[in-house]
Amino acid sequence: MTDQSALPKNNSLRSRASIDSDLRSILCDVLGLDVDEVETFDADTGLFGHLPELDSMAVAGLLTEMEDRLAIMIEDDDVDGEMLETFGGLLAFAEAKVAES
Amino acid sequence: MFAVWPCPLPGGETAEENVRLFDAGRAQRLLVIPPLFDEHNKLRHQLVEVMRRLDMSDIDSFLFDLPGCNESTLLLSKQSLASWRNAVEAAISHFRATHVLAVRGGGLLVPDTISGWLYGPVAGKQLLRSMLRARVISSREAGTEESAETLSEIARSGGITLAGWTIGQDMFAELEASEKPVPENLVIIEQSSVGGSPLWLRAEPDYDAAQADALAALIADGILGTGPSE
Repeated sequence: MTDQSALPKNNSLRSRASIDSDLRSILCDVLGLDVDEVETFDADTGLFGHLPELDSMAVAGLLTEMEDRLAIMIEDDDVDGEMLETFGGLLAFAEAKVAES
Repeated sequence: MFAVWPCPLPGGETAEENVRLFDAGRAQRLLVIPPLFDEHNKLRHQLVEVMRRLDMSDIDSFLFDLPGCNESTLLLSKQSLASWRNAVEAAISHFRATHVLAVRGGGLLVPDTISGWLYGPVAGKQLLRSMLRARVISSREAGTEESAETLSEIARSGGITLAGWTIGQDMFAELEASEKPVPENLVIIEQSSVGGSPLWLRAEPDYDAAQADALAALIADGILGTGPSE
C-alpha cells in the first residue's frame, strides 16, 4: 500500500493505466478503429508518418482531444516528431504532461 | 437531390449556391447549418444520412453551402461570420425553414429567431486553435519553425491560410473572439445522446448508421412530438 500522504495532488493521481487507456480511446476515435485493434498497439506502433490518415489536421485534433480528456495543456514547443512517431512516444509524453499538471 | 438557391451578397447581388435537399413541400422543414471548414467534409455524409432518415419521417431538410465552402465559387477569404450569418438568415427565409439543426461551428451562425438543435457546440477560438496547431505541425514537418502566436499576429492584419483554408482577417478576428454558443432557442445535443464517438474527431470522413438513427430520432421526435417546435 502507498502512503496516501505521499501521493501528489490532483491530476497527478491518475495512474499510468488510466492514461494508457484514455490515449487508446482517443486513438480509437481519431482513427475510427475498434477497441480491439487499438489494444494491439505497443510502444513501437508507428503513428504520425506511418499512418497516412494521420495528417497534420488529424494530429492537431488528437492533441486538442488529449488536452480535454487528460486535463493538460500542450504548447507548440512540446510537439515534435519523436513524441508523435510511436504510441510509446505519445504515451510517455502524456504521462510527463499529466505528472506536471 | 441537389438544387441551387440565390444566396444574397453584400451590395444586393446574389450568388447561385448549391443545396442538398429532400423537399416534398411538407409542413416541417429543417435547415441544416453545416460545420465549418474541415469538419464539414468529415460530417457531410453523416448529415445527408440524417436527412434521409428525416425524409422517411415526413420532414423536409436542406443542407446548403456556406458561401466560399464546398461547391461555392465565392472566395472563402472574402467571407466572415457576419456574411455567413446573413446567408443563414436568407436560407431560413428562402427554404421557409421551421427549424434548424446547427452542427459544431454552425452553431455560431444561428439567429435567435428560430428554434431547433445544436449538435456538438464548439467555440470559434477552439476551431482556430486546432487549425493553427495543424499549420505549426505541418510547417515543422517541412523544416520551418512557426508559432501560433506569430501566425495569429499575421492573420489579424492580413488573413492567413490554415490547413488549406484561407481565413480573411475579419473571419480570423471573429473566430478568435467567439466562445462556445449558449443559444436560448436551441436544444443542445451532446454526443452522449447520439452514442459512439464524434465523427468530427475522425482523421477521415466517416459515416455511422447507429449515430444517424439516433440523431434523426431525436430531431423527428422534437419536431413531430413535444420538442422545441412547440
